[in-house]
Amino acid sequence: LTALPLRVGAAGEDAIAAFTGGADVSEGGITLDAPEIAENGNTVPVGVSADGASAVMLLALGNPNPDVAVFNFGELAGSQTASTRIRLAGTQDVVAIAKMADGSFASATKNVKVTIGGCGG
Amino acid sequence: MASGVKPRVKAPKTASAGEVVTIKTLISHKMESGQRRDSDGNLIPRSIINRFTCDFNGTNALDVEMHGAISTNPYFEFDVTIPESGDLQFTWYDDDGSVYEDVKSVKV
Repeated sequence: LTALPLRVGAAGEDAIAAFTGGADVSEGGITLDAPEIAENGNTVPVGVSADGASAVMLLALGNPNPDVAVFNFGELAGSQTASTRIRLAGTQDVVAIAKMADGSFASATKNVKVTIGGCGG
Repeated sequence: MASGVKPRVKAPKTASAGEVVTIKTLISHKMESGQRRDSDGNLIPRSIINRFTCDFNGTNALDVEMHGAISTNPYFEFDVTIPESGDLQFTWYDDDGSVYEDVKSVKV
């Protein structure tokens, strides 16, 4: 029904399509925790939380390769929550897409301003 | 990179049956993203841990597919339900085929 309300690059679009199988993605139902401003793009703490999700994909749309991680929650997952630290090449949108148990998809987007990019070089 | 990789896991030693516990894991690994260049301008090949799993008594709790954008020394924090006494099994899979493991026992 709703398309993703953001400017997603081709690589990001491909990654999303591979995950959702082209299904519609709605907003809400998933929480994405990320700082508004990250001083160091080499290690940016992010957390995702989506009740009832079987998997959550994390994308950094402004990175050379938008794929970050896919969290698959198993039978003994205590909650559909996970956090990690990621690299961001520069200021950009971070997107989390949850695959719900009923087969629907939900997304959340957060813009992160990066002071020092995290792709080395 | 097979040297200097050291997994660290923080998990409770005891829990009540059915309790949800929070696990923190960190593994030292440089996670070479494949995007950087050396001083001669040549791309440094990717060398990362590409998968992390956590199982309890053989039942999966979390399975993470990792890409180059995961930071050096990958860190994960997540929740696991502990139904009975047993072992938490943590496994990391390296691009080079190495597998790093750690086990933590939990008593109910």
